[in-house]
Amino acid sequence: MKILVALKQVPDTETKIKINSEGTALDLSDVKWVTSPYDEYAVEEAMRLKESQGATVSVIAVGDDRVRDVLRNALALGADEALHVSTSEKCEDPFVVATYLANAVRDRGFDLLFFGNKGSGGDHAAVGPMVAELLGIAQANVVVKLTLEQGRFIAERQVESGLEVVEGNLPAVITTQKGLNDPRYPNLKGIMAAKKKEITALPLTESLSPSLQTLKLTLPPPRAEGRQLSGTPQEQAQALFVALQNEAKIF
Amino acid sequence: MILVLCEVKDRHLKKASAESLSAAQSVAASLQVPIAAVFLGAEATGHEEAQNYGAQHIFTCFSPNLAAYSSDLYAQTLITLAQEKKAKVVMGAATALGKDVLPRVAARLQGGYANEIIEILPGSGSFQVVRPIYAGKALMTLGFGDRVAVLSTRPNLFSLQEKKETAQIETLAAPTQDFKAIVKELLAKSTNKPDLTEANVIISGGRGMKEGANFKILEELAEALGGVVGASRAAVDAGWGLPHSMQVGQTGKVVSPTLYIACGISGAIQHLAGMSSSKYIVAINKDSEAPIFKIASYGIVGDLFEVVPALTAAARALKLNGA
Repeated sequence: MKILVALKQVPDTETKIKINSEGTALDLSDVKWVTSPYDEYAVEEAMRLKESQGATVSVIAVGDDRVRDVLRNALALGADEALHVSTSEKCEDPFVVATYLANAVRDRGFDLLFFGNKGSGGDHAAVGPMVAELLGIAQANVVVKLTLEQGRFIAERQVESGLEVVEGNLPAVITTQKGLNDPRYPNLKGIMAAKKKEITALPLTESLSPSLQTLKLTLPPPRAEGRQLSGTPQEQAQALFVALQNEAKIF
Repeated sequence: MILVLCEVKDRHLKKASAESLSAAQSVAASLQVPIAAVFLGAEATGHEEAQNYGAQHIFTCFSPNLAAYSSDLYAQTLITLAQEKKAKVVMGAATALGKDVLPRVAARLQGGYANEIIEILPGSGSFQVVRPIYAGKALMTLGFGDRVAVLSTRPNLFSLQEKKETAQIETLAAPTQDFKAIVKELLAKSTNKPDLTEANVIISGGRGMKEGANFKILEELAEALGGVVGASRAAVDAGWGLPHSMQVGQTGKVVSPTLYIACGISGAIQHLAGMSSSKYIVAINKDSEAPIFKIASYGIVGDLFEVVPALTAAARALKLNGA
Protein backbone atom coordinates (compact mmCIF):
# COMPACT_ATOMS: atom_id res chain seq x y z
CA MET A 1 0.00 0.00 0.00
CA LYS A 2 1.19 3.49 -0.86
CA ILE A 3 0.33 6.33 1.48
CA LEU A 4 0.71 10.05 0.98
CA VAL A 5 0.64 12.63 3.76
CA ALA A 6 0.28 16.27 2.75
CA LEU A 7 1.83 18.71 5.20
CA LYS A 8 1.32 22.39 5.81
CA GLN A 9 3.78 24.64 7.59
CA VAL A 10 2.10 27.17 9.87
CA PRO A 11 2.99 29.64 12.62
CA ASP A 12 3.02 28.03 16.07
CA THR A 13 -0.42 28.34 17.69
CA GLU A 14 1.05 30.52 20.45
CA THR A 15 1.86 33.18 17.86
CA LYS A 16 0.43 36.62 18.45
CA ILE A 17 -0.81 37.72 15.05
CA LYS A 18 0.46 41.03 13.70
CA ILE A 19 -0.59 42.73 10.49
CA ASN A 20 1.61 44.93 8.31
CA SER A 21 1.01 48.67 8.29
CA GLU A 22 -0.82 48.54 4.93
CA GLY A 23 -3.32 46.00 6.31
CA THR A 24 -2.66 43.68 3.38
CA ALA A 25 -0.59 40.88 4.85
CA LEU A 26 0.40 39.27 8.11
CA ASP A 27 3.68 40.37 9.64
CA LEU A 28 5.33 36.98 10.04
CA SER A 29 8.84 38.20 10.83
CA ASP A 30 9.10 36.75 14.36
CA VAL A 31 7.09 33.61 13.75
CA LYS A 32 8.16 30.15 14.85
CA TRP A 33 7.16 27.77 12.03
CA VAL A 34 5.79 24.31 12.81
CA THR A 35 3.87 21.48 11.17
CA SER A 36 0.16 22.24 11.33
CA PRO A 37 -1.12 20.46 14.49
CA TYR A 38 -3.78 18.40 12.67
CA ASP A 39 -1.15 17.11 10.23
CA GLU A 40 0.62 15.39 13.13
CA TYR A 41 -2.31 12.96 13.41
CA ALA A 42 -2.04 12.32 9.67
CA VAL A 43 1.67 11.47 9.89
CA GLU A 44 1.10 9.26 12.93
CA GLU A 45 -1.72 7.31 11.26
CA ALA A 46 0.47 6.77 8.20
CA MET A 47 3.37 5.54 10.35
CA ARG A 48 1.08 3.09 12.16
CA LEU A 49 -0.08 1.69 8.82
CA LYS A 50 3.53 1.43 7.70
CA GLU A 51 4.32 -0.60 10.82
CA SER A 52 1.20 -2.80 10.78
CA GLN A 53 0.79 -3.35 7.03
CA GLY A 54 4.16 -2.58 5.51
CA ALA A 55 2.94 0.49 3.68
CA THR A 56 5.36 2.99 2.17
CA VAL A 57 4.83 6.57 3.27
CA SER A 58 5.51 9.64 1.15
CA VAL A 59 5.12 13.17 2.46
CA ILE A 60 4.51 16.25 0.35
CA ALA A 61 4.39 19.99 0.94
CA VAL A 62 3.83 23.04 -1.26
CA GLY A 63 5.79 26.21 -0.73
CA ASP A 64 9.16 27.93 -0.67
CA ASP A 65 12.32 26.32 0.68
CA ARG A 66 11.28 26.84 4.29
CA VAL A 67 8.67 24.04 4.01
CA ARG A 68 11.53 21.57 3.66
CA ASP A 69 11.72 21.73 7.47
CA VAL A 70 8.34 20.06 7.91
CA LEU A 71 9.26 17.45 5.30
CA ARG A 72 12.54 16.78 7.13
CA ASN A 73 10.62 16.41 10.39
CA ALA A 74 8.30 13.83 8.83
CA LEU A 75 11.30 11.93 7.46
CA ALA A 76 12.67 11.87 11.02
CA LEU A 77 9.40 10.28 12.13
CA GLY A 78 9.90 7.50 9.58
CA ALA A 79 8.49 8.67 6.24
CA ASP A 80 10.19 6.95 3.29
CA GLU A 81 10.08 9.72 0.73
CA ALA A 82 9.62 13.49 0.71
CA LEU A 83 8.26 15.53 -2.19
CA HIS A 84 8.56 19.30 -2.35
CA VAL A 85 6.34 21.20 -4.77
CA SER A 86 8.51 24.27 -4.86
CA THR A 87 6.98 27.69 -5.30
CA SER A 88 8.78 30.99 -5.18
CA GLU A 89 6.77 32.25 -2.24
CA LYS A 90 4.46 30.95 0.45
CA CYS A 91 1.36 29.61 -1.26
CA GLU A 92 -1.84 30.06 0.78
CA ASP A 93 -4.68 29.84 -1.75
CA PRO A 94 -6.54 26.57 -1.05
CA PHE A 95 -7.61 25.90 -4.66
CA VAL A 96 -4.14 26.61 -6.01
CA VAL A 97 -2.48 24.39 -3.39
CA ALA A 98 -5.03 21.63 -4.04
CA THR A 99 -4.43 21.82 -7.80
CA TYR A 100 -0.64 21.70 -7.41
CA LEU A 101 -0.97 18.71 -5.08
CA ALA A 102 -3.46 16.86 -7.29
CA ASN A 103 -1.22 17.36 -10.34
CA ALA A 104 1.86 16.21 -8.43
CA VAL A 105 0.34 12.98 -7.11
CA ARG A 106 -2.12 12.01 -9.84
CA ASP A 107 0.10 9.39 -11.48
CA ARG A 108 1.91 8.17 -8.39
CA GLY A 109 -0.61 5.47 -7.43
CA PHE A 110 -1.36 6.39 -3.83
CA ASP A 111 -4.05 4.33 -2.08
CA LEU A 112 -4.54 6.66 0.84
CA LEU A 113 -3.99 10.42 0.98
CA PHE A 114 -3.90 11.92 4.46
CA PHE A 115 -4.35 15.61 5.27
CA GLY A 116 -4.95 17.44 8.53
CA ASN A 117 -8.65 18.36 8.65
CA LYS A 118 -7.60 21.98 8.45
CA GLY A 119 -4.42 23.95 8.27
CA SER A 120 -4.07 25.95 11.45
CA GLY A 121 -3.96 29.56 10.28
CA GLY A 122 -5.84 29.81 6.99
CA ASP A 123 -8.46 27.53 8.58
CA HIS A 124 -9.91 26.80 5.14
CA ALA A 125 -10.46 23.08 5.81
CA ALA A 126 -10.52 22.78 2.03
CA VAL A 127 -7.38 21.33 0.49
CA GLY A 128 -8.12 17.67 1.37
CA PRO A 129 -11.64 17.52 -0.07
CA MET A 130 -10.57 19.67 -3.05
CA VAL A 131 -7.82 17.18 -3.90
CA ALA A 132 -10.38 14.36 -3.57
CA GLU A 133 -12.64 16.12 -6.06
CA LEU A 134 -9.82 16.98 -8.48
CA LEU A 135 -8.66 13.34 -8.44
CA GLY A 136 -12.25 12.05 -8.55
CA ILE A 137 -11.87 9.89 -5.45
CA ALA A 138 -13.65 9.27 -2.14
CA GLN A 139 -13.19 11.31 1.01
CA ALA A 140 -13.84 11.21 4.73
CA ASN A 141 -13.15 14.38 6.67
CA VAL A 142 -12.54 15.11 10.35
CA VAL A 143 -11.81 11.45 11.04
CA VAL A 144 -11.22 10.13 14.56
CA LYS A 145 -11.12 6.39 13.74
CA LEU A 146 -9.96 4.61 10.61
CA THR A 147 -10.15 0.94 9.60
CA LEU A 148 -8.99 -0.51 6.28
CA GLU A 149 -10.16 -3.72 4.68
CA GLN A 150 -9.59 -5.05 1.15
CA GLY A 151 -9.60 -1.92 -0.91
CA ARG A 152 -12.10 -0.14 1.31
CA PHE A 153 -12.04 2.18 4.29
CA ILE A 154 -14.35 2.61 7.23
CA ALA A 155 -13.95 5.97 8.93
CA GLU A 156 -15.67 7.61 11.87
CA ARG A 157 -15.95 11.34 11.42
CA GLN A 158 -17.10 14.04 13.85
CA VAL A 159 -20.44 15.67 13.08
CA GLU A 160 -22.76 17.82 15.22
CA SER A 161 -24.86 14.94 16.47
CA GLY A 162 -22.07 12.45 17.08
CA LEU A 163 -19.98 10.32 14.73
CA GLU A 164 -20.80 9.40 11.15
CA VAL A 165 -19.49 6.06 9.95
CA VAL A 166 -18.36 6.58 6.35
CA GLU A 167 -17.47 3.64 4.12
CA GLY A 168 -15.83 4.04 0.76
CA ASN A 169 -13.44 2.75 -1.83
CA LEU A 170 -9.71 3.34 -1.99
CA PRO A 171 -8.04 5.44 -3.17
CA ALA A 172 -9.41 7.99 -0.75
CA VAL A 173 -8.63 11.24 0.97
CA ILE A 174 -8.81 11.08 4.77
CA THR A 175 -8.53 14.29 6.79
CA THR A 176 -7.47 13.72 10.36
CA GLN A 177 -8.75 15.10 13.64
CA LYS A 178 -7.41 15.13 17.18
CA GLY A 179 -8.47 11.90 18.88
CA LEU A 180 -7.42 9.65 15.97
CA ASN A 181 -4.13 8.73 17.67
CA ASP A 182 -1.33 10.06 19.87
CA PRO A 183 1.40 11.44 17.63
CA ARG A 184 4.96 10.37 18.42
CA TYR A 185 8.01 12.58 18.68
CA PRO A 186 11.05 12.02 16.52
CA ASN A 187 13.97 10.27 18.24
CA LEU A 188 17.65 11.02 17.74
CA LYS A 189 18.16 8.03 15.44
CA GLY A 190 15.31 9.19 13.23
CA ILE A 191 16.60 12.75 13.14
CA MET A 192 20.10 11.56 12.13
CA ALA A 193 18.67 9.23 9.46
CA ALA A 194 16.47 12.01 8.07
CA LYS A 195 19.51 14.18 7.43
CA LYS A 196 20.74 11.63 4.90
CA LYS A 197 17.41 11.27 3.07
CA GLU A 198 16.75 13.16 -0.13
CA ILE A 199 13.92 15.64 -0.57
CA THR A 200 12.70 15.44 -4.16
CA ALA A 201 11.89 18.82 -5.68
CA LEU A 202 8.92 18.85 -8.04
CA PRO A 203 9.06 22.04 -10.11
CA LEU A 204 5.75 23.56 -11.14
CA THR A 205 4.75 23.14 -14.75
CA GLU A 206 2.24 25.98 -14.58
CA SER A 207 1.65 28.77 -12.13
CA LEU A 208 -1.98 29.43 -11.22
CA SER A 209 -3.57 32.69 -10.20
CA PRO A 210 -5.26 32.72 -6.79
CA SER A 211 -8.94 31.78 -6.54
CA LEU A 212 -9.47 34.23 -3.69
CA GLN A 213 -8.58 37.93 -3.69
CA THR A 214 -7.35 39.01 -0.28
CA LEU A 215 -8.44 42.62 -0.02
CA LYS A 216 -7.76 43.44 3.59
CA LEU A 217 -6.57 41.98 6.86
CA THR A 218 -7.68 43.41 10.18
CA LEU A 219 -7.45 42.51 13.83
CA PRO A 220 -10.79 41.74 15.46
CA PRO A 221 -12.38 44.82 17.05
CA PRO A 222 -11.48 45.14 20.75
CA ARG A 223 -14.17 43.92 23.11
CA ALA A 224 -16.11 46.43 25.18
CA GLU A 225 -14.66 47.04 28.63
CA GLY A 226 -16.06 44.55 31.13
CA ARG A 227 -16.67 44.86 34.84
CA GLN A 228 -16.03 42.88 37.99
CA LEU A 229 -18.90 41.63 40.13
CA SER A 230 -18.20 41.75 43.85
CA GLY A 231 -19.72 40.30 47.02
CA THR A 232 -20.40 36.78 48.22
CA PRO A 233 -20.87 34.06 45.59
CA GLN A 234 -24.65 34.41 46.06
CA GLU A 235 -24.46 38.18 45.56
CA GLN A 236 -22.21 37.76 42.52
CA ALA A 237 -24.66 35.24 41.06
CA GLN A 238 -27.56 37.63 41.60
CA ALA A 239 -25.63 40.55 40.12
CA LEU A 240 -24.67 38.49 37.08
CA PHE A 241 -28.20 37.44 36.21
CA VAL A 242 -29.53 40.95 36.79
CA ALA A 243 -26.88 42.21 34.35
CA LEU A 244 -27.54 39.44 31.82
CA GLN A 245 -31.27 40.07 31.94
CA ASN A 246 -31.18 43.87 31.91
CA GLU A 247 -28.03 44.80 29.97
CA ALA A 248 -27.45 41.79 27.75
CA LYS A 249 -31.14 40.87 27.56
CA ILE A 250 -30.23 37.23 27.10
CA PHE A 251 -32.80 35.69 29.41
CA MET B 1 -28.60 32.59 -9.51
CA ILE B 2 -27.44 31.87 -5.97
CA LEU B 3 -27.73 28.24 -4.90
CA VAL B 4 -28.13 27.71 -1.17
CA LEU B 5 -27.66 24.14 0.02
CA CYS B 6 -30.22 23.71 2.80
CA GLU B 7 -30.43 21.08 5.50
CA VAL B 8 -33.44 19.75 7.34
CA LYS B 9 -33.54 18.76 10.99
CA ASP B 10 -36.55 17.23 12.73
CA ARG B 11 -38.58 17.79 9.53
CA HIS B 12 -37.93 21.55 9.55
CA LEU B 13 -35.44 23.85 7.84
CA LYS B 14 -32.30 23.89 9.98
CA LYS B 15 -31.69 27.23 11.69
CA ALA B 16 -28.16 27.38 10.25
CA SER B 17 -29.66 26.97 6.75
CA ALA B 18 -32.21 29.73 7.40
CA GLU B 19 -29.23 31.91 8.37
CA SER B 20 -27.50 31.02 5.07
CA LEU B 21 -30.63 32.00 3.14
CA SER B 22 -30.78 35.23 5.14
CA ALA B 23 -27.14 35.97 4.29
CA ALA B 24 -27.85 35.14 0.64
CA GLN B 25 -30.34 38.03 0.51
CA SER B 26 -27.59 40.64 0.67
CA VAL B 27 -25.57 38.75 -1.96
CA ALA B 28 -28.69 38.61 -4.14
CA ALA B 29 -29.21 42.35 -3.76
CA SER B 30 -25.58 43.01 -4.72
CA LEU B 31 -25.62 40.80 -7.81
CA GLN B 32 -29.29 41.32 -8.75
CA VAL B 33 -29.87 37.58 -9.08
CA PRO B 34 -32.50 35.28 -7.55
CA ILE B 35 -31.98 32.89 -4.63
CA ALA B 36 -32.62 29.18 -5.07
CA ALA B 37 -32.72 26.80 -2.12
CA VAL B 38 -31.50 23.26 -2.78
CA PHE B 39 -32.68 20.28 -0.75
CA LEU B 40 -31.14 16.84 -1.15
CA GLY B 41 -32.25 13.79 0.79
CA ALA B 42 -34.68 10.95 1.13
CA GLU B 43 -38.04 12.56 1.73
CA ALA B 44 -39.92 15.78 1.17
CA THR B 45 -40.11 17.76 4.40
CA GLY B 46 -39.25 21.26 5.54
CA HIS B 47 -38.20 22.56 2.13
CA GLU B 48 -41.18 24.87 1.71
CA GLU B 49 -39.95 26.90 4.70
CA ALA B 50 -37.12 28.24 2.51
CA GLN B 51 -39.56 30.66 0.86
CA ASN B 52 -39.92 32.43 4.23
CA TYR B 53 -36.27 33.51 3.94
CA GLY B 54 -36.16 34.87 0.43
CA ALA B 55 -35.88 31.75 -1.74
CA GLN B 56 -37.56 32.40 -5.10
CA HIS B 57 -36.80 28.91 -6.36
CA ILE B 58 -36.65 25.62 -4.53
CA PHE B 59 -34.87 22.67 -6.11
CA THR B 60 -35.50 19.33 -4.50
CA CYS B 61 -33.92 16.00 -5.13
CA PHE B 62 -35.59 13.47 -2.88
CA SER B 63 -34.40 10.02 -3.80
CA PRO B 64 -33.66 6.76 -1.99
CA ASN B 65 -30.18 7.15 -3.51
CA LEU B 66 -29.65 10.25 -1.37
CA ALA B 67 -31.14 8.83 1.82
CA ALA B 68 -27.67 8.30 3.24
CA TYR B 69 -25.21 11.15 2.86
CA SER B 70 -22.49 10.66 0.26
CA SER B 71 -20.06 13.58 -0.10
CA ASP B 72 -19.29 12.84 -3.75
CA LEU B 73 -22.92 12.21 -4.76
CA TYR B 74 -24.14 15.38 -3.03
CA ALA B 75 -21.25 17.34 -4.58
CA GLN B 76 -22.01 15.96 -8.04
CA THR B 77 -25.69 16.90 -7.77
CA LEU B 78 -24.80 20.45 -6.70
CA ILE B 79 -22.10 20.81 -9.36
CA THR B 80 -24.46 19.70 -12.14
CA LEU B 81 -27.14 22.13 -10.97
CA ALA B 82 -24.65 25.01 -10.59
CA GLN B 83 -23.35 24.42 -14.12
CA GLU B 84 -26.83 24.15 -15.61
CA LYS B 85 -28.05 27.33 -13.91
CA LYS B 86 -24.74 29.16 -14.39
CA ALA B 87 -24.83 29.92 -10.67
CA LYS B 88 -22.61 32.81 -9.58
CA VAL B 89 -22.67 31.76 -5.93
CA VAL B 90 -23.07 28.41 -4.20
CA MET B 91 -23.43 28.59 -0.46
CA GLY B 92 -24.54 26.70 2.62
CA ALA B 93 -24.03 26.59 6.35
CA ALA B 94 -20.64 25.74 7.84
CA THR B 95 -22.04 22.55 9.33
CA ALA B 96 -20.29 19.18 9.23
CA LEU B 97 -22.14 18.49 5.97
CA GLY B 98 -21.60 21.93 4.44
CA LYS B 99 -17.89 21.90 5.17
CA ASP B 100 -17.66 18.38 3.72
CA VAL B 101 -19.39 18.98 0.41
CA LEU B 102 -18.75 22.66 -0.49
CA PRO B 103 -14.95 22.40 -0.99
CA ARG B 104 -15.57 19.65 -3.57
CA VAL B 105 -18.06 21.89 -5.36
CA ALA B 106 -15.59 24.80 -5.31
CA ALA B 107 -12.78 22.65 -6.71
CA ARG B 108 -14.83 21.42 -9.66
CA LEU B 109 -16.23 24.86 -10.45
CA GLN B 110 -12.73 26.35 -10.06
CA GLY B 111 -14.41 28.78 -7.70
CA GLY B 112 -13.19 30.82 -4.79
CA TYR B 113 -14.02 29.01 -1.56
CA ALA B 114 -14.53 31.08 1.58
CA ASN B 115 -15.57 28.99 4.56
CA GLU B 116 -17.00 30.05 7.90
CA ILE B 117 -17.75 33.56 6.71
CA ILE B 118 -19.04 35.89 9.42
CA GLU B 119 -20.08 38.93 7.39
CA ILE B 120 -21.11 39.89 3.87
CA LEU B 121 -20.17 43.34 2.58
CA PRO B 122 -22.70 44.08 -0.14
CA GLY B 123 -21.78 46.15 -3.16
CA SER B 124 -23.08 47.11 -6.55
CA GLY B 125 -22.51 44.23 -8.95
CA SER B 126 -20.13 42.45 -6.60
CA PHE B 127 -19.76 41.67 -2.92
CA GLN B 128 -17.06 40.84 -0.42
CA VAL B 129 -16.99 38.54 2.56
CA VAL B 130 -15.20 38.58 5.90
CA ARG B 131 -13.90 35.39 7.45
CA PRO B 132 -11.72 34.75 10.48
CA ILE B 133 -8.24 33.30 10.11
CA TYR B 134 -5.98 31.95 12.85
CA ALA B 135 -9.17 30.88 14.66
CA GLY B 136 -10.25 34.50 14.92
CA LYS B 137 -6.96 36.17 15.79
CA ALA B 138 -7.37 38.13 12.53
CA LEU B 139 -10.09 38.80 9.97
CA MET B 140 -9.71 38.57 6.22
CA THR B 141 -11.81 40.44 3.65
CA LEU B 142 -12.10 38.54 0.38
CA GLY B 143 -13.35 39.18 -3.12
CA PHE B 144 -13.96 36.69 -5.92
CA GLY B 145 -13.34 38.52 -9.20
CA ASP B 146 -15.03 36.63 -12.02
CA ARG B 147 -14.96 33.31 -10.25
CA VAL B 148 -17.94 31.49 -8.80
CA ALA B 149 -18.03 32.21 -5.05
CA VAL B 150 -18.54 29.17 -2.84
CA LEU B 151 -19.36 30.19 0.72
CA SER B 152 -20.19 28.60 4.03
CA THR B 153 -21.80 30.77 6.70
CA ARG B 154 -20.73 30.25 10.27
CA PRO B 155 -23.76 29.29 12.40
CA ASN B 156 -25.12 31.84 14.92
CA LEU B 157 -23.61 34.90 13.19
CA PHE B 158 -26.16 35.90 10.56
CA SER B 159 -29.49 37.09 11.94
CA LEU B 160 -32.62 35.57 10.45
CA GLN B 161 -34.19 37.84 7.80
CA GLU B 162 -37.76 36.87 7.06
CA LYS B 163 -38.73 37.66 3.48
CA LYS B 164 -41.81 35.91 2.13
CA GLU B 165 -41.62 34.64 -1.42
CA THR B 166 -43.77 32.28 -3.41
CA ALA B 167 -41.22 29.87 -4.72
CA GLN B 168 -41.47 27.53 -7.65
CA ILE B 169 -40.61 24.03 -6.54
CA GLU B 170 -38.68 22.04 -9.13
CA THR B 171 -37.73 18.41 -8.84
CA LEU B 172 -34.23 17.43 -9.93
CA ALA B 173 -33.42 14.10 -11.54
CA ALA B 174 -32.05 11.69 -8.97
CA PRO B 175 -28.38 10.80 -9.37
CA THR B 176 -27.44 7.20 -10.02
CA GLN B 177 -26.24 5.37 -6.97
CA ASP B 178 -22.66 5.48 -8.18
CA PHE B 179 -21.02 6.80 -5.06
CA LYS B 180 -17.43 6.53 -3.90
CA ALA B 181 -18.17 6.87 -0.19
CA ILE B 182 -21.36 6.87 1.84
CA VAL B 183 -22.50 7.19 5.45
CA LYS B 184 -23.49 3.79 6.78
CA GLU B 185 -24.43 4.65 10.31
CA LEU B 186 -24.67 7.51 12.80
CA LEU B 187 -23.23 6.87 16.24
CA ALA B 188 -25.34 9.47 17.99
CA LYS B 189 -24.29 11.20 21.15
CA SER B 190 -26.27 10.09 24.18
CA THR B 191 -27.65 13.59 24.74
CA ASN B 192 -29.99 15.56 22.57
CA LYS B 193 -28.12 18.80 23.21
CA PRO B 194 -26.88 20.99 20.37
CA ASP B 195 -23.27 20.90 19.26
CA LEU B 196 -20.97 23.54 20.75
CA THR B 197 -20.82 25.35 17.42
CA GLU B 198 -24.62 25.73 17.42
CA ALA B 199 -25.18 26.38 21.13
CA ASN B 200 -26.52 29.69 22.43
CA VAL B 201 -25.08 29.22 25.90
CA ILE B 202 -21.78 27.48 26.64
CA ILE B 203 -20.33 26.72 30.07
CA SER B 204 -16.64 25.83 29.71
CA GLY B 205 -14.22 24.40 32.25
CA GLY B 206 -10.43 24.59 32.33
CA ARG B 207 -7.54 23.39 34.41
CA GLY B 208 -9.15 25.02 37.46
CA MET B 209 -11.81 22.29 37.45
CA LYS B 210 -9.12 20.04 38.99
CA GLU B 211 -10.66 16.76 37.76
CA GLY B 212 -13.12 15.43 35.20
CA ALA B 213 -15.76 14.45 37.76
CA ASN B 214 -16.06 18.11 38.79
CA PHE B 215 -17.53 18.92 35.36
CA LYS B 216 -20.78 17.70 36.92
CA ILE B 217 -21.28 21.17 38.45
CA LEU B 218 -20.91 22.69 34.97
CA GLU B 219 -23.48 20.20 33.62
CA GLU B 220 -25.87 21.35 36.35
CA LEU B 221 -25.39 25.01 35.47
CA ALA B 222 -25.77 24.19 31.77
CA GLU B 223 -29.00 22.36 32.56
CA ALA B 224 -30.30 25.38 34.49
CA LEU B 225 -29.43 27.76 31.62
CA GLY B 226 -30.31 25.54 28.68
CA GLY B 227 -26.65 25.44 27.59
CA VAL B 228 -23.97 22.92 26.76
CA VAL B 229 -20.59 22.20 28.34
CA GLY B 230 -17.21 22.81 26.70
CA ALA B 231 -13.62 22.61 27.88
CA SER B 232 -10.24 24.21 27.35
CA ARG B 233 -7.40 22.32 25.73
CA ALA B 234 -5.68 22.07 29.14
CA ALA B 235 -8.72 20.22 30.50
CA VAL B 236 -9.09 17.93 27.47
CA ASP B 237 -5.39 17.05 27.49
CA ALA B 238 -5.28 16.50 31.27
CA GLY B 239 -6.39 12.88 31.01
CA TRP B 240 -9.72 13.51 32.72
CA GLY B 241 -11.63 11.52 30.11
CA LEU B 242 -13.10 14.56 28.34
CA PRO B 243 -13.58 13.99 24.60
CA HIS B 244 -11.88 16.31 22.11
CA SER B 245 -15.32 17.17 20.73
CA MET B 246 -15.68 19.35 23.87
CA GLN B 247 -12.54 21.37 23.17
CA VAL B 248 -12.92 25.07 22.43
CA GLY B 249 -9.95 26.93 20.95
CA GLN B 250 -7.56 27.19 18.06
CA THR B 251 -7.11 23.41 17.82
CA GLY B 252 -10.68 22.68 18.86
CA LYS B 253 -13.98 24.29 18.04
CA VAL B 254 -14.40 27.97 17.32
CA VAL B 255 -17.65 29.06 18.95
CA SER B 256 -19.79 32.21 18.96
CA PRO B 257 -22.58 31.69 21.47
CA THR B 258 -24.62 34.51 22.96
CA LEU B 259 -23.24 33.66 26.39
CA TYR B 260 -19.93 31.97 27.21
CA ILE B 261 -19.14 31.24 30.85
CA ALA B 262 -15.46 30.35 31.37
CA CYS B 263 -14.85 28.51 34.65
CA GLY B 264 -11.30 28.03 35.86
CA ILE B 265 -9.90 28.95 32.44
CA SER B 266 -6.88 31.26 32.55
CA GLY B 267 -7.25 32.33 28.93
CA ALA B 268 -4.33 31.06 26.85
CA ILE B 269 -4.13 32.82 23.48
CA GLN B 270 -5.26 29.61 21.72
CA HIS B 271 -8.39 29.42 23.87
CA LEU B 272 -9.23 33.10 23.47
CA ALA B 273 -8.99 32.65 19.71
CA GLY B 274 -11.75 30.06 19.82
CA MET B 275 -14.30 31.94 21.92
CA SER B 276 -13.62 35.67 21.84
CA SER B 277 -16.35 36.28 19.26
CA SER B 278 -18.97 35.20 21.84
CA LYS B 279 -21.46 37.99 22.45
CA TYR B 280 -21.14 38.03 26.24
CA ILE B 281 -18.31 36.42 28.15
CA VAL B 282 -18.40 35.67 31.85
CA ALA B 283 -15.12 34.66 33.49
CA ILE B 284 -14.86 32.94 36.85
CA ASN B 285 -11.33 32.53 38.15
CA LYS B 286 -9.43 32.64 41.42
CA ASP B 287 -6.59 34.61 39.87
CA SER B 288 -7.62 38.22 39.33
CA GLU B 289 -4.68 38.61 36.91
CA ALA B 290 -5.86 35.80 34.59
CA PRO B 291 -5.87 36.98 30.93
CA ILE B 292 -9.45 35.75 30.50
CA PHE B 293 -10.63 38.81 32.50
CA LYS B 294 -9.26 41.13 29.80
CA ILE B 295 -11.97 39.99 27.38
CA ALA B 296 -14.74 39.22 29.88
CA SER B 297 -17.96 41.24 29.85
CA TYR B 298 -18.46 40.24 33.50
CA GLY B 299 -15.69 39.01 35.74
CA ILE B 300 -16.09 37.07 38.98
CA VAL B 301 -12.90 36.67 41.00
CA GLY B 302 -13.56 33.74 43.28
CA ASP B 303 -13.59 30.02 43.87
CA LEU B 304 -15.52 28.43 41.03
CA PHE B 305 -16.55 25.59 43.34
CA GLU B 306 -18.57 28.17 45.33
CA VAL B 307 -19.54 30.50 42.48
CA VAL B 308 -20.82 27.90 39.98
CA PRO B 309 -23.29 26.25 42.42
CA ALA B 310 -24.47 29.74 43.43
CA LEU B 311 -25.09 30.54 39.75
CA THR B 312 -26.98 27.27 39.32
CA ALA B 313 -29.16 28.00 42.34
CA ALA B 314 -29.87 31.54 41.14
CA ALA B 315 -30.62 30.36 37.59
CA ARG B 316 -33.01 27.71 38.90
CA ALA B 317 -34.76 30.27 41.09
CA LEU B 318 -35.18 32.52 38.04
CA LYS B 319 -36.27 29.57 35.86
CA LEU B 320 -33.92 30.58 33.02
CA ASN B 321 -33.88 27.19 31.31
CA GLY B 322 -35.38 27.67 27.90
CA ALA B 323 -33.00 30.36 26.70
